[in-house]
Amino acid sequence: MSWIFAQAGFSFDWDYAREITPPIARGLWETVVATLVGITIGMILGLVLAMLRRSRIRAIRWPVVWIIEFIRSTPLLVQLFFIFYVMPSLGLILSPFVALVVGLGLHYGTYTSESYRAGIENVERGQWEASTALNLSPATTWSRIVLPQAIPTVIPALGNYLVSMFKDAPLAIAIAAGGILLQAQSIASRTFRPVEPFTVMGLMFLAVSIPAALFVRYLEKRYGYERG
Amino acid sequence: MLSGRQFGALLEGAWITVQIFVFAAVLGTILALIFGIMGLSEKRLLRAISRVYVEVARGASAIVLLFYAAFAIPIILGVRSGNTFVFVAGIIALGINMGGYGAEVVRTGIQSVPRGQTEATIALNLRVRDRLRHVILPQAFVVMIPPYGNLSIEVLKGTALVSLVGISDLTSEAQNLRVQQAIQDNRTPSLVIFGTALVIYFIFSQVLALFFRWLEKRIGGKWYGARG
Repeated sequence: MSWIFAQAGFSFDWDYAREITPPIARGLWETVVATLVGITIGMILGLVLAMLRRSRIRAIRWPVVWIIEFIRSTPLLVQLFFIFYVMPSLGLILSPFVALVVGLGLHYGTYTSESYRAGIENVERGQWEASTALNLSPATTWSRIVLPQAIPTVIPALGNYLVSMFKDAPLAIAIAAGGILLQAQSIASRTFRPVEPFTVMGLMFLAVSIPAALFVRYLEKRYGYERG
Repeated sequence: MLSGRQFGALLEGAWITVQIFVFAAVLGTILALIFGIMGLSEKRLLRAISRVYVEVARGASAIVLLFYAAFAIPIILGVRSGNTFVFVAGIIALGINMGGYGAEVVRTGIQSVPRGQTEATIALNLRVRDRLRHVILPQAFVVMIPPYGNLSIEVLKGTALVSLVGISDLTSEAQNLRVQQAIQDNRTPSLVIFGTALVIYFIFSQVLALFFRWLEKRIGGKWYGARG
């Protein structure tokens, strides 16, 4: 790798790179934690949205459809600013970390809701009819009949969103909520040497995201299609 | 509410957003075609190059690529960074990222064209270039349009990231207005500022979505119209 830098007339300082690796790794860990909390919120919220979207009441269904569409079509970054700067004026003060995971969860909740929807629609009509015939309550129908069949088919899609969310989590820098990018950036601005921290960050980031993506693709191949 | 001057600032930012999006989408499309087609080459080396590009371009994430391009690359190349440099770096980073996702869309689109079509072009003794241009790509385009539409909306949303490296796009103008109103007497709620920015982004994505739906109908009708 030094060779590539040398071609451009730049000398990469390995000692410096080694020295800054631990703090950047801590930043990576913060990004991973934010992703895990965010995806948990996103998975729960997505399920709620998907179920609301199937409501028989139009006054519920219709706004939900538009809220999903609106959140999906606007940038996560602006949504984070909205949550962090606008919510306090409406009486909701959130710490940067909470604002970050709420933003990630909300944004990806709209994506996961579409996957859940497809999963729920794949459950055969007869299953619903049988539940009605057995006089099961809606709560039992959902929790015992429909969701246990729908959720396994959604797992590979959720895995994809987990990987995507990890790639968005460094946006934490915009509201100072920690993370790998904030660490690399603050080292760069403290030492006036940006190449090493950003290179270390890029390599660490790839070392997590590529294996994660490959694993999800394996899951997809293994489980995705057989239930068709 | 927003004053005329404030709204003007947002619109100026929106114009920068449009420019970044268009340039990044053009670059991303070129890269997508090159690496997507390369991924189907008979030569192992070309396939491997395409694979590495796709994994790195997607795995590194738009934001990490963007910071690398804006802050590390000028130092490595030993050039002075300015507004124009950052603008171009932003476009290149977003374009590379889009190209990674786009290459997969192109590759799977081409793979969806029945094998018999390729065999027929070989039987007709067409050159590789003509095979792609007149037979395979036109059919693949029809399949590629819907995922490509989604991808471009993701890229449009991704342009908001450039505000973090100092480009005055829509998001950055909204941030500026928020900071300005905080020190002025005449206060515009940040709800209005970010709300307007979100609505502008929403309109842009809806226009894009409509465009791709129109394209799908138009191209789909044109090439599949004669199918018996």
